[in-house]
Amino acid sequence: MSQQLIQGNEACARGALAAGCSFFAGYPISPSSEIAELLARELPPRGSVFIQMEDEIASMGAVLGASLGGRRAMTATSGPGFTLMQEHLGYASLAEIPCVVIDVMRGGPSTGLPTSPAQGDVMQARWGSHGDRATIALAPGSVQEVYSLTIEAFRLAETLRTPVAVLYDEVIGHMREGVELREPTPDELGRRTSPRTAFSPTFLPYAPDENGVAMVPDFGRGYRFHVTGLMHDERGYPTSDNAKVAELLERLERKLEPAVAAVPPERYRLDDASVVLIAYGIVARTARAAVDVLRREGIRAGLLRTRLLWPLPAAALTEVSRSAELVVVAEMNRGQWALEVERLAGDTTVLSPYLKAGGSVITAEELAGHVRRLTREGVAVS
Amino acid sequence: MGHEPVKFYQVGSFAVGNRLLDRDERTVQSDSGRSNSLTSGHRACQGCGEALGARYALDAAMRAAAGRLVAANATGCLEVFSTPYPETSWQIPWLHSLFGNAPAVATGMAAALKAKGRTDVRVVAQAGDGGTVDIGFGALSGMFERNDDVLFICYDNEAYMNTGVQRSGATPPAARTATTEAIGDEPGNVFGQGKNVPMLAVAHEIPYVATASVAELHDLERKVERAMGLRGARYIHILVPCPLGWQAASCDTVRLARLAAETGLFPLFEAEHGRVVDVRPIRKRVPVEDYLRPQGRYKHLFGEHGRPDLVAAIQEIADGNIERFGLLAEAVEAGAR
Repeated sequence: MSQQLIQGNEACARGALAAGCSFFAGYPISPSSEIAELLARELPPRGSVFIQMEDEIASMGAVLGASLGGRRAMTATSGPGFTLMQEHLGYASLAEIPCVVIDVMRGGPSTGLPTSPAQGDVMQARWGSHGDRATIALAPGSVQEVYSLTIEAFRLAETLRTPVAVLYDEVIGHMREGVELREPTPDELGRRTSPRTAFSPTFLPYAPDENGVAMVPDFGRGYRFHVTGLMHDERGYPTSDNAKVAELLERLERKLEPAVAAVPPERYRLDDASVVLIAYGIVARTARAAVDVLRREGIRAGLLRTRLLWPLPAAALTEVSRSAELVVVAEMNRGQWALEVERLAGDTTVLSPYLKAGGSVITAEELAGHVRRLTREGVAVS
Repeated sequence: MGHEPVKFYQVGSFAVGNRLLDRDERTVQSDSGRSNSLTSGHRACQGCGEALGARYALDAAMRAAAGRLVAANATGCLEVFSTPYPETSWQIPWLHSLFGNAPAVATGMAAALKAKGRTDVRVVAQAGDGGTVDIGFGALSGMFERNDDVLFICYDNEAYMNTGVQRSGATPPAARTATTEAIGDEPGNVFGQGKNVPMLAVAHEIPYVATASVAELHDLERKVERAMGLRGARYIHILVPCPLGWQAASCDTVRLARLAAETGLFPLFEAEHGRVVDVRPIRKRVPVEDYLRPQGRYKHLFGEHGRPDLVAAIQEIADGNIERFGLLAEAVEAGAR
């Protein structure tokens, strides 16, 4: 199949269309606006819905309503808008409403650096909403992967009934690369859970299936049920029963575990590596180049490129970080994912993250220089 | 009176004619002692209506406040083009709040100044149409409802220009934007949508509401002075053409602003405590086509595949405004409003 030269944000919109997205509500914000602009042109002729809302709070609200109405629904935004959406994201997690949120990351906090890349929303994706919220966040590292992971985001959202965030930075959003726009298979699209019985007075919309995912019907299918942001039982009615609440929170976290196997990390020259770079998004690309540079200099470097930020791919991180002598998490923030790796790494591993939060991408030379300095100081055996 | 009062526009031109006036009747801008609140060197586009409107409005507010003025400013073009060093252009204490919160932040500023007994320091808040009619409207309505002592100025260029010309709740029907493309049976922005925030402000029965235009700068300054002479929540909505987003020549900014008023599409009025008390009459009524044609955002309405039906529908809106506000000079003179 031939490739098309398109921008990251266009790949996202194309991926959403391929994934069957039939509802978009959003609000203009740099550097994500191209996604909305393209879907404003593409959705209405397909009989689908594009709505420009009055702000990001309303955008996310409309997405949740549309999803409950049976649409594959999404929005796209950047940091300030992602902040405004957090209350709705907590609601979507608790009420098990499938939806996809694209966050094209720019420098923050606040208005920050509207047109510069950053990876500062990683912890916000995890903890931005109050309470113990389990969630899924994906991190594509190329324009091609923006396409494929947007499709995967819809599959995970629909099959696991959860909000899924796709986080990539401004550079990936605006970069142009050749992309193969392959149509997803039915398995790659996935299907939303739905009730297996007709409506009856004893119907339980929030009873989980064998995978721990609630079987909530779409509105309009003849079922009468409650959806609420309060803690609820399997009937969907509010409850303050401590045991039921604890069980619900545990289930909402457990049901997301399949995402870890579904989106495995990419391993590059790791087999004999004593120096392990860990990176995601745009930084994983420069980190790969840094590995090649270091290898040419005789330093046994390798890269673990993750495409899944949350739930944490803990097993892979534990394995590589314990087998290495030096682990360098490279990210464009003040140290977010690096803290998670620090938690998992063994006592004998030296951890020295390379962090950069000024509004530009970490270069291969910066990263290689960082490792070189450490090896000269005798940190890792080359 | 020792001399014949000078009438404006007496030679058929629209020249402002400051020098023919008594000194105390001249505009704030003609005063060499003006504050230059938004001074030169900023990076607005050539022909930016917002830069012009903000300069006139804030200089007038500064004079009315005897130089004691602070401004809260929502995210938007005005904030972006006037702030990065070395193009920083504000000569007054100035705060970039966030996008949707300028009315709320200004509320806090006014309350603090009042609590400290510094009611001599006046507060303005300003935003574009997106920050006013969309994301900021909840906070603005709250500011109106509490009658907080803030003058809120909306510079309306009818779309989100800063992020690449997406529609807002102030985008007029049929206008092309990046999210309302000129495609399909209903090209451009949809008819029957959008928010009339000046009338929503009137409905809050706040002390003062006015619409103004960068084509009528005497009128704009006068309305700002009137607003500054009052306390409580006040609202001025200024139409500021945008050459970029309207796809119009940068030399046409003032002409388009005038045509918007002269067609009836943008009525110029004043309201106090919930009642419209004055309108600026249309001097020379023109068909909406004269206003729409020079703008690329309406290009799809004209030419071989044009849409005269949509032009007619826009004409109906203009005619409706003229009737609703009694904008024709005869009507105003006859007090038939």
